[in-house]
Amino acid sequence: MQLESMYQEIILDHYRHPHHRGLREPFDAQVHHVNPTCGDEITLRVALKEADGDHIVSDISYDSLGCSISQASISVLADLLIGKPVTEAMEVSAEFLDLMHSRGQAEPDEDVLGDAVAFTGVAQYPARIKCALLGWMAWKDATAQALGTAATARALADLDGDLDSDFDRERQ
Amino acid sequence: MSLDVAAIRADFPILARTVRSGNPLVYLDSGATAQRPIQVLDAERAYSLTSNAAAHRGTHLLGEEATDALEGARARVAAFIGAEPGEIVFTKSATEGANLLAYAISNAATGGPSGGPAAGTAAAALAVGPGDEIVVTELEHHANLIPWQQLCQRTGATLRWFGVTQDGRLDLSDLDTLINDRTKIVAVTQQSNVTGAMPPVARIAEVAHARGAIVVADGAQSVPHHPVDVRTSGADALFFSAHKMLGPTGIGVLWARADLLAALPPFITGGSMIEVVRMEGSTFLPPPERFEAGVPPVAQAVGLAAACDYLDAIGMAEIAEHERMLTARALEALSEIPGVRVVGPLTTQDRGGAISFTVDQVHPHDVGQVLDELGIAVRTGHHCVWPLHRSLGVQATTRASFYLYNTPGEVDALADGIRTAQKFFGAL
Repeated sequence: MQLESMYQEIILDHYRHPHHRGLREPFDAQVHHVNPTCGDEITLRVALKEADGDHIVSDISYDSLGCSISQASISVLADLLIGKPVTEAMEVSAEFLDLMHSRGQAEPDEDVLGDAVAFTGVAQYPARIKCALLGWMAWKDATAQALGTAATARALADLDGDLDSDFDRERQ
Repeated sequence: MSLDVAAIRADFPILARTVRSGNPLVYLDSGATAQRPIQVLDAERAYSLTSNAAAHRGTHLLGEEATDALEGARARVAAFIGAEPGEIVFTKSATEGANLLAYAISNAATGGPSGGPAAGTAAAALAVGPGDEIVVTELEHHANLIPWQQLCQRTGATLRWFGVTQDGRLDLSDLDTLINDRTKIVAVTQQSNVTGAMPPVARIAEVAHARGAIVVADGAQSVPHHPVDVRTSGADALFFSAHKMLGPTGIGVLWARADLLAALPPFITGGSMIEVVRMEGSTFLPPPERFEAGVPPVAQAVGLAAACDYLDAIGMAEIAEHERMLTARALEALSEIPGVRVVGPLTTQDRGGAISFTVDQVHPHDVGQVLDELGIAVRTGHHCVWPLHRSLGVQATTRASFYLYNTPGEVDALADGIRTAQKFFGAL
């Protein structure tokens, strides 16, 4: 059967025993995404922390309902991206998107994608690509929002600083 | 008399193909779209090879033949459901039929495209607005829900709805209060595409008519599978699509009582639906042309007429009985599998051949994937009926739906396939 090419043992393991599951505090952004064709849904939170001018993905937590492919994909995503700088996590995410749109023809880089290479077989089934991407799209959305919040906070902080220094100058 | 399914299957070459891993196709997704027999394809081809032209236009012979083909198809479809040809409007789909009604009614309310025979008190009587109520049901396909939801949002009317019982039938306990003097429209399906339940539309219509409301019935799942006579249905309007009844995609039918159609303003405007056009304003043709702007889909209409011929030659009552037999077998086979729950009535009483179910610990997408691997085509998801799934406490289901070409052996293959899925995902 070709089923095993889609349902790799790694995928079934993640499905049965999902990693990093549950919604946790603190977080910088929370999103709710739905797959309109089947009603699968995910609530996903992202927590970032600033380090050396970049942001690190300090946590990804989620609550979700869905098929084996969507659930395993989210579990793999959390494993892969937690602890990575956001820029690197975005690169991994882009690589995964490419893989899913490759119709199963791509030769995925296991150094970048880790367990996510197991989804190569899923890419041969167009109807299931959305399942695999549900969590990744939610993560991208949440991270963009978190970065927006962070950027706004930084801009406000900068503005505060500017005002302070203006005020300081005035006083001098 | 039981159907000669082997002979029927010979008319559907697609059923002889193999699919993934070389398995023979077991097509259990006719509720989504039915397969088409050679007779339908031949009719479309013959028309296209000999008479193709724009109907109702042109002074040439082909134009005349195309017009005859279109009007002949209209009469054929009318006869299929006990209607008059002038009451049959060709749409592009069942969905468009529902939207046509909803938009025409909102045009009556807002004074939209005006002038012509539609203007005046008959149209005004159909208008809805604040204080009026439109009643739908939780069983409805999105196509018979969202147009009414939107109509309410555009006009200020209030949307109300019947709930469902735990076995996926309509809960009519509040029939006499939900439908009241404020009710203008009741929209209800003749057969649920998820639970298979067949609501008593005629009984609902009696109550609705006593209150002066019109009844719009969704026939997408009923017309292909049961004898439907609009004169006894209780409905004032009925819409369905060709592709679920062995016909082509791209064409649907809206039937409505002649006086109702005559009172409705147009929805889509443009060519071939006008009477007189001036820069200052226009008047419109009587029905059905008033509702058929643009060059009509003649080849598709011819295909639909051929589908009616095919179904009538076998007999709609015989087809319904064949599906009842398959449904009974499937309900029994599924009841014997631990962890399988049918979302819908467990008997064939007032029930059609769509069976949706859940499998403990295996998501419908995964059930469908394993079945697909075995060659069994089913549908998974919420089947465009999200509120019903919410109401029945399930996120999504797997649906098998039967038609005249399905066999008892295919029902058994479904049951075996579900067991295989359970084994694969360790749910047994």
